[in-house]
Amino acid sequence: MAEVLVYVDHVDGAVRKPTLELLTLARRVGEPVAVALGNGAADTAAALAEHGAVKVLTHEAAEYADYLVVPKVDALQAAVEAVSPAAVLVPSSAEGKEIAARLALRIGSGIITDAIDLEAGDEGPVATQSVFAASFTTKSRVSKGTPVITVKPNSAAVEAAPAAGAVEALSVSFSAQATGTKVTARTPRESTGRPELTEAAIVVSGGRGVNGAENFAIIEALADSLGAAVGASRAAVDAGWYPHTNQVGQTGKSVSPQLYIASGISGAIQHRAGMQTSKTIVAINKDAEAPIFELVDYGVVGDLFDVVPALTEEIKSRKG
Amino acid sequence: MSLRIVVTVKYVPDATGDRHFADDLTVDRDDVDGLLSELDEYAVEQALQISENSDDDVEITVLTVGPEDAKDALRKALSMGADKAIHVEDDDLHGTDALGTSLVLAKAVEKAGYDLVISGMASTDGTMGVVPALLAERLGVPQVTLLSEVSVEDGTVKGRRDGDAASEQLEASLPAVVSVTDQSGEARYPSFKGIMAAKKKPVQSWDLSDLDIEAEEVGLEGAYTVVDAAAERPARTAGTIVKDEGEGGKQLAEYLASQKFI
Ligand SMILES: Cc1cc2nc3c(=O)[nH]c(=O)nc-3n(C[C@H](O)[C@H](O)[C@H](O)COP(=O)(O)OP(=O)(O)OC[C@H]3O[C@@H](n4cnc5c(N)ncnc54)[C@H](O)[C@@H]3O)c2cc1C
Ligand SMILES: Nc1ncnc2c1ncn2[C@@H]1O[C@H](COP(=O)(O)O)[C@@H](O)[C@H]1O
Repeated sequence: MAEVLVYVDHVDGAVRKPTLELLTLARRVGEPVAVALGNGAADTAAALAEHGAVKVLTHEAAEYADYLVVPKVDALQAAVEAVSPAAVLVPSSAEGKEIAARLALRIGSGIITDAIDLEAGDEGPVATQSVFAASFTTKSRVSKGTPVITVKPNSAAVEAAPAAGAVEALSVSFSAQATGTKVTARTPRESTGRPELTEAAIVVSGGRGVNGAENFAIIEALADSLGAAVGASRAAVDAGWYPHTNQVGQTGKSVSPQLYIASGISGAIQHRAGMQTSKTIVAINKDAEAPIFELVDYGVVGDLFDVVPALTEEIKSRKG
Repeated sequence: MSLRIVVTVKYVPDATGDRHFADDLTVDRDDVDGLLSELDEYAVEQALQISENSDDDVEITVLTVGPEDAKDALRKALSMGADKAIHVEDDDLHGTDALGTSLVLAKAVEKAGYDLVISGMASTDGTMGVVPALLAERLGVPQVTLLSEVSVEDGTVKGRRDGDAASEQLEASLPAVVSVTDQSGEARYPSFKGIMAAKKKPVQSWDLSDLDIEAEEVGLEGAYTVVDAAAERPARTAGTIVKDEGEGGKQLAEYLASQKFI
């Protein structure tokens, strides 16, 4: 069976969930061979083997942290040359898309970004994408070269599928471009203890209606009662009430949880773009005409300052 | 010293319009009004700010690859304050993918001459966010992308990139390709004076032969990907809407429990 390269997104050896989802999709198209780079690369092997990686190619070098994007492209290109895979899958983060694009150009291949599903097809992998703010679904494929496809988080279930996961050192020589953009400082994002926005099964978001940074505490309390991640509309982020890393929408994160709860959010097209594919959508808004109600499975027309705390209390008492 | 900035801007169908596909499964650009992609306004804004904060002689050229109407996007950028514009237009460009677009932009940028290219973070129609990285790869210059803060001094570009896991400070020597996010600062509105001045600013038109690009390298034929099908997402089935008369929170909890979320 043909091999499929899977680019591993990890933090010091801890594999992030979207990579495990990629392994599920990769197994539909071939045998997953993972590529893990940078500090802790070899520590990813156990988790990757558990989820189906037959091989884990690793390479550690300071360049991966000290310079932007290009060292990773060099390494992935080395892996493509070593393996001659049937496809290359990369998680659809901002960086993942940039790595994938430059790789595709170098190896003379087409690229598909932000796939939400992947199937084997007669003429290579077929990717499903959601476009125009999720109002259309397309099926595409790469027609030239080795398909390079980036896949959004929450596109597949994580499945255990134990495989050998044999670690092999990848040999990489960095290109002249590798050291072009220096990372002179890095401030890691502080963990909130809540689930990762793009990976969460439930997302609770607040918008302009929340009316102040301090009021986001009621959104957080609802999120915590459900074990959910917290999101925000751009209006709330621009007002400085919540960090940009939590913005949901076209220029923020796109989320596809089992349940999305929007409070005080009108449902502008750019917000929809980031949440419209959620399985179940719930909204609380005092304006019965708000466009968000066109999307909902369940909506409450009311003041979020009444409804949200009451909901949180009720959830807590039901959970005991 | 002089600094030549090229800002790449895209003309896109209005996101609030009813966007759809044409019969050949390319984006239908006829039925929906187009405009300068809002995310590229941020790129124009940063170019203007770099110019205003610089002691050098700064020349800002806006560049678009697109159909006849794409001139509107150039005019808007010129009225914001850019100095001149280049429009790459050719019938053979219809259906060009990101790889092809980056080829055309790279050739045009090289022909125009540049020290710094500034792009938006993503186009609002394709939303791939890959063209700036592709452009840097093709030009063989540093990629300093997705910046929420940018400055240029003494031949060096610096900026802040807010990633998922960390916020990073970046630095590279010019020439370089930069892209800026919508966190980089609100774009200005064109003034009346700016709009009048823009009418007199030069707009050059180039076609593929001006850039030594063969028709087969771009367009639908040159594309590296094919769209086999496009279907409108089925409308969501109308949900239940209740009015809160004191029980809204409880009713919602009941619904969530019925769906096994609690
Ligand atoms: C290029 C571009 C990219 C963009 N990207 C994004 C993006 O990524 N994400 C994003 O979210 N937006 C984005 N936007 C902005 C988007 O167009 C909207 O402006 C934004 O989503 C509005 O946020 P909102 O719904 O919180 O605010 P509003 O539209 O002002 O809505 C607030 C809602 O709260 C309700 N409300 C007020 N008080 C209460 C109360 N006490 N109880 C209950 N309800 C109440 C109101 O009825 C109203 O419906 C983008 C725009 C552009 C042009
Ligand atoms: N046809 C085009 N003409 C000029 N610039 C473009 C074009 N397509 C993309 N760009 C630039 O590349 C950025 C990212 O676009 P994309 O990768 O298509 O999301 C945009 O914000 C523009 O700055």
